[in-house]
Amino acid sequence: MAIEVRIPTILRTYTDGAKAVDASGATLEELIGDLEVRHPGIKARIVDDGKLRRFVNIYLNDEDVRFLGGLGTPISDGDTVTVLPAVAGG
Amino acid sequence: MRFDSLIESVGRTPLVGLPRLSPSADVRIWAKLEDRNPTGSIKDRPALWMIEQAEKEGLLSPGCTILEPTSGNTGISLAMSARLKGYKLICVMPENTSEERRQLLRMYGAEIISSPAAGGSNEAVRVAKGLAAEHPDWIMLYQYGNPANWRSHYESTGPEILDDLPTVTHFVAGLGTTGTLMGVGRFLREHKPDVKIVAAEPRYGELVYGLRNVDEGFIPEIYDEAVLTTRYSVTSADALSRTRELLAAEGIFAGISTGCALHAAIGMARKAVADGEPADIVFVVADGGWKYLSTGAYEGTLVEAEDRLDGQLWA
Repeated sequence: MAIEVRIPTILRTYTDGAKAVDASGATLEELIGDLEVRHPGIKARIVDDGKLRRFVNIYLNDEDVRFLGGLGTPISDGDTVTVLPAVAGG
Repeated sequence: MRFDSLIESVGRTPLVGLPRLSPSADVRIWAKLEDRNPTGSIKDRPALWMIEQAEKEGLLSPGCTILEPTSGNTGISLAMSARLKGYKLICVMPENTSEERRQLLRMYGAEIISSPAAGGSNEAVRVAKGLAAEHPDWIMLYQYGNPANWRSHYESTGPEILDDLPTVTHFVAGLGTTGTLMGVGRFLREHKPDVKIVAAEPRYGELVYGLRNVDEGFIPEIYDEAVLTTRYSVTSADALSRTRELLAAEGIFAGISTGCALHAAIGMARKAVADGEPADIVFVVADGGWKYLSTGAYEGTLVEAEDRLDGQLWA
């Protein structure tokens, strides 16, 4: 089961510059674990102490996972996961 | 309606139904027309509340200099109040903001200090905080951390919505400083515990996320995740297409961040239809489209418009 994961500019050093990579997992946590196997070092930039890093937002099909199930959010085939740093507006 | 001065006329904006974009008679979408404020945006509310709070606290008196990081609308609102009340205004604005906003600020007599495009408003905040430290006599109202920002919506926008639409089930607004969502969200939830508060966050081009590392990200100090029901990230393409759809279907000429909020509102409406639940969904028209004409958002194909908007701060 391959899920498309969109990678922000600042994390593309881990993906050889790729904007989007494939990973698999039944939950976001498993997906990030698989991402780490394929692109070592990336997990520590996204997750800290078992939690999403404060300035990292992850969206499952455009919805913020913090309002779904956090790292335990179930992922299904065909979903898209987008990782973005938190930026200001206003 | 009669007012003693322009400043007195802030707020009490119309709430209009969208009969063509609403999916059914039971699931209705309503637009809160914040472009009807004196300087043409929702930011007239927080700007006025922040200035009056600072006056009450004795921080501001005529002749003082106000400093503010802003992508535009807050600056324009502050500039109008500053002109009428006798303050000097310095705005720190990212380079990648529309020319119209700059012209308006200059017309009102504000000084603009540009911050680098890469990093967007994060950089404007960083530069403004540096300037504030160097100039302790300047008053930074700081919309991202000033409770008067969200209180303006708690005391005005929220009550107006509940008065006009007691059956409101959803409130959807763009997420920038988070002030609108925090203020309206807290007010509505106190009166309607089941109301859904939905944030629509603009997803910009890559340049705006061009930080050096993830720890340079920024979350406004006034943001409290617990107020929100959920939060959506809306691409420029979806925001643009909804902005045009709003004009084509309902005649409302709005700025691009309105398309962003409308996209999430329509998503909520579809969900309500699928669940067979009635809904009255209010979303915010934060400003009109006038200040974005030069971005090319309303001309040519959507793909062309999206290309032109890439790297711009459109909310």
